[in-house]
Amino acid sequence: MPQVPADNPAASTARAHSSAAAAWWGRLHGFGPVLGLLLLCIAGTLLNGNFATYDNVMNVLTRTAFIGIIAVGMCFVIISGGIDLSVGSMAALIAGSVILFMNAMAPVLGSPIAAVAAGMLLAVALGAVFGLVHGLLITKGRIEPFIVTLGTLGIFRAYLTYFSNGGAITLENELSDIYSPVYYANLLGVPIPVWVFLLVAVLGAVILNRTAYGRYVQAIGSNEQVALYAAVDVHRIKILTYMLLGVCVGIATLLYVPRLGSASPTTGLLWELEAIAAVIVGGTVLKGGAGSIAGTVVGAILLSVISNILNLTSIISVYLNAAVQGFVIIAVAFMQRGRR
Amino acid sequence: MNSKLTFTRRLALSAMGAAVALALAGPAMAQANKVVVGVAIPSATHSFTAGIVYWANQAKADLEKAHPGLQVIVKTAGGAPEQANQLQDLVTVNKITTLVIFPFESAALTKPVAQVKARGIYVTVVDRGLTDTSAQDAYVAGDNTAFGKIPGEYIAKALNGKGNVVALRGIATTLDNERMDAFNAVLKQHPGIKLLDAKYANWNRDDAFKVMQDYLTRFPQIDAVWAADDDMAVGVLKAIEQARRKDIKLVFGGAGAKGMIKTLIDGSNPLIQANVSYSPKFIYDSIKLTAEARLKGEKLPPTTIIPSVLITKDNAKSFYFPDSPF
Repeated sequence: MPQVPADNPAASTARAHSSAAAAWWGRLHGFGPVLGLLLLCIAGTLLNGNFATYDNVMNVLTRTAFIGIIAVGMCFVIISGGIDLSVGSMAALIAGSVILFMNAMAPVLGSPIAAVAAGMLLAVALGAVFGLVHGLLITKGRIEPFIVTLGTLGIFRAYLTYFSNGGAITLENELSDIYSPVYYANLLGVPIPVWVFLLVAVLGAVILNRTAYGRYVQAIGSNEQVALYAAVDVHRIKILTYMLLGVCVGIATLLYVPRLGSASPTTGLLWELEAIAAVIVGGTVLKGGAGSIAGTVVGAILLSVISNILNLTSIISVYLNAAVQGFVIIAVAFMQRGRR
Repeated sequence: MNSKLTFTRRLALSAMGAAVALALAGPAMAQANKVVVGVAIPSATHSFTAGIVYWANQAKADLEKAHPGLQVIVKTAGGAPEQANQLQDLVTVNKITTLVIFPFESAALTKPVAQVKARGIYVTVVDRGLTDTSAQDAYVAGDNTAFGKIPGEYIAKALNGKGNVVALRGIATTLDNERMDAFNAVLKQHPGIKLLDAKYANWNRDDAFKVMQDYLTRFPQIDAVWAADDDMAVGVLKAIEQARRKDIKLVFGGAGAKGMIKTLIDGSNPLIQANVSYSPKFIYDSIKLTAEARLKGEKLPPTTIIPSVLITKDNAKSFYFPDSPF
């Protein structure tokens, strides 16, 4: 426990409670989105009997995995009082770089499997490096995270467009065949990306609620000055937080690439907003200080369920899809107001 | 919005003094015999626009080589406001005598283009028509009606006039509506063909994958898919492969992306039997036609339609450009 004076009401939430209470807090926090998700699922089943089929549920969860994994990392960044607008572009650039790398390395290494494995490692490493750059610019460079990541949002996507000449970067067939099980294969009847999503979420929850680092992240988000006086190494914690998000983006990307085996300038478009929305819908406060990984997971699933239901019915005009999503997001946020 | 832009620009310009005032007098000040062609196109955000950028730069390279003294300036924009700004820059800074524009949006760019034309600059509009045709001298367009009609006819014939079809749409634009209306008009003549649904997938591979997954969940029997774009067809094929569905006999894309044309030539996918041309190369033709006409001091016909044609295995070779990003 960091020795932080508990006289700051905003800062008291996360630290005044023991970790058990914090977990309970997360559950309470997650209640709004859980209720919203339940209502949506009931509506979906009533509108179309196929909604509740096992295959559809797995399709939706697998799709959610990318945004969900990124949202777990985003949850840490937002709790620490920061933001990252570049994750969609970062995912696109990592996807493109990894595909180019695999295509180039397969003949060099002489083994397509080794090339795929190396590419997967590269995805995570690139994510960590990009996160490190963000963290350094934000802490040592003292630039607002909003501005830094707005800048890199443009930089990352522009470089992908440059590498691909604006077209698509496509994985060679032989590699694609080896790599595709990472997205398409099942383990115990559940697709691999869903397992990875679960693992990342559980790890995230443990790190946030059961480690000193997790408590420092919350402390910095509640009150950076107080955390600083309490001898928390604010810069190091912040840099680690952006790196953690970068690693999450890397993991999401290495699951994403085998799906279509290609990256184009439209890859990962607006993922940053979806990830931020998942975190906020899940009950984390945008100004930082406290949040919940469980809520974030539910928030991410909720967002994909909305578009899935819209695809499974024809009663709502296709022009209104975005409006329906907007209404649901606002309604769920409304259910858990008063937590500010 | 645009008036505001002009206003701020004017503020900036007035500060820059007399030199700019001369520039504002427009191309009359420029040497009469020199042709400067400004090309304003959308930036490369998906394969098709990447093709547009590629062919525009090809046209620049070829034309400047063939006609010394001719200058071609290519500008790419990420949105309508940016494109409107570029038009002003092309006029005031680059002093163009001719403009070839692929408008980002029809309505938003009508006024800015009209202002360019009012300066005596020759304007060719490509693909997305303006809402007021008096703002242009010539119009060159891809054939959106045929783009929807040809797949409709092909699917109806392939299914012998009976079966279930799903469609994927691009982004809600007039051009997308034209294609969909043409497709629907064909299906009206074949009462045995049922269009189960048509959802937007934004000309995007990932969105198409999701929409197709949900179609497959929802409809137990689908005979053919009109993916309406080769990028979307990529996502559709993956979703079908994942669901291991055998009921679908045909996936019809569109625009003749090189990957799909290659699939046609090789016959490597039984679901891909035909395509419809809508090549980004028409920007090349438009720039070439306009520049060469202006060099001779001639005019183009008011409307030129680059026809969309059916591509099958037999004629696929002539639609294959391996060097283009599209």
